[in-house]
Amino acid sequence: MHVHFLDPYRPRPSLIHALDPRVKLALALAFILAVALTPIAAWPVYVLLAALLLSVVLLSELGVGHVLKRSALALPFVLAAIPILVTAPGATLWEATLAGLSLRLTDAGLARFGSIVLKSWLSVQMAIVLAASTTFPQLLLAMRALRVPRLLVAIFGLMWRYLFVLVDEALRLLRARAARSAAPTRPIAGARPGGSVAWRARVAGGMAGNLLIRSFDRGERIYAAMAARGYDGEIRAFPMPPIPAGQRLALIGGLVLLALLVGLGHLL
Amino acid sequence: MDTGPFVQIEHLSFSYGNGHQALRDVSLHIHRGEKVALVGPNGAGKSTLMLHLNGILRPTTGVVRIGGLPVEEKTLGRVRAWVGLVFQDPDDQLFSPTVFDDVAFGPIYQGLPEREVRARVAAALAHVHMAEYAPRVSHHLSVGEKKRIAIATVLAMEPELLALDEPTAGLDPRARRGLITLLCSLPQTMLISTHDLRMVAELLPRTVVMDGGRIVADRPTAEVLADAAFLEAHGLEL
Repeated sequence: MHVHFLDPYRPRPSLIHALDPRVKLALALAFILAVALTPIAAWPVYVLLAALLLSVVLLSELGVGHVLKRSALALPFVLAAIPILVTAPGATLWEATLAGLSLRLTDAGLARFGSIVLKSWLSVQMAIVLAASTTFPQLLLAMRALRVPRLLVAIFGLMWRYLFVLVDEALRLLRARAARSAAPTRPIAGARPGGSVAWRARVAGGMAGNLLIRSFDRGERIYAAMAARGYDGEIRAFPMPPIPAGQRLALIGGLVLLALLVGLGHLL
Repeated sequence: MDTGPFVQIEHLSFSYGNGHQALRDVSLHIHRGEKVALVGPNGAGKSTLMLHLNGILRPTTGVVRIGGLPVEEKTLGRVRAWVGLVFQDPDDQLFSPTVFDDVAFGPIYQGLPEREVRARVAAALAHVHMAEYAPRVSHHLSVGEKKRIAIATVLAMEPELLALDEPTAGLDPRARRGLITLLCSLPQTMLISTHDLRMVAELLPRTVVMDGGRIVADRPTAEVLADAAFLEAHGLEL
């Protein structure tokens, strides 16, 4: 019994999948940075950025639907931007009084809100394409190559590895519980199977506690096994081969394009 | 009570979600009171087959009947009361804070009154010679002790069939001997998946051999164990 649904990677024979992970990571981060640096309400630039994103999605052969579906993940974060609608100073579009509190929807507030929603949505989609087209080990290697602190990369790596072990463990506990969740073999007057809600909550609490203790124990054992093989706080890996010349050009081209888009946004 | 085979598996095939086909056209009948060994190399489909006995996994095609009832959503409660499944890793089986809570889980879930739950727990723990362990925290027990308690957790439900997945794996000789003695003393119908062929020879008169998701032999244990060439062909040794 294993979990597969957690892994966002989707193998496809696409150009994007074949790109060097360092190039992909750098370009994806640059895209997100460019989106963040584009000024508020630079709508034409947003359209250009979205077009760029769409072409990457199409090239990756992941399917526009798949990426859009996953991007719904960003929706809850949009809630945090809602107060901007009524707090930004500007010309009033609509006014309402709610429990003695007067709310003024302003044009500036609306523009800011729309920009933030669009920007976060574009960024999330690029991150989704990156995660779906690059395996996690490749991403880790790319992070190291781009000088992300090694300890951080090691923590990401171990977290990824043992997240699955932990979820598997939780699934096995649930399976064991299901196996013993039976009906009475002969009818019992006035009793219903399933136990009381309080008892079931206690069982679930016990399972959660068990999982926590086991994770600690497993952590200890893993550390011991790593230390036994000479672990000194740093995971070493072979150096990666140089980035092919063509991909270097793609990287530079992509960075220049993004810089131009941000510049355009500030000129508008 | 019906008089047909207690376990009736007909043309069972099963594929996991990732496309791996674990069982191919498996048919197996087990009558009440039979003690059957399920042997075969790792990955042969033994555990997958066991998980079909109480509906944790459902057939892709084919039918599993327990006590005459097809295993499906609305019979799960009754089937799980009849089939006591003991997992290979006792840490999976034991999920409650104390030994008592774990053994009591099945009976409480069935809705038995408290007095009967306590009586069942006491009886089940006494059967596996672990009566004084009731208040202990299962996390700190040895593997052998955990295995016994895992068996007690299903004995407390008074099942008709005990399905045990590698009960002697990871035990030292004394704990293994103790466990075999315990299994000998239990009257239930048994299906034991194992690599321990010496235990099979001692305990289980009938042997079913699986390989590559199929049943490749279903014969008296003595015959199977005497056929050295057959055992070797399926990665087994005495």
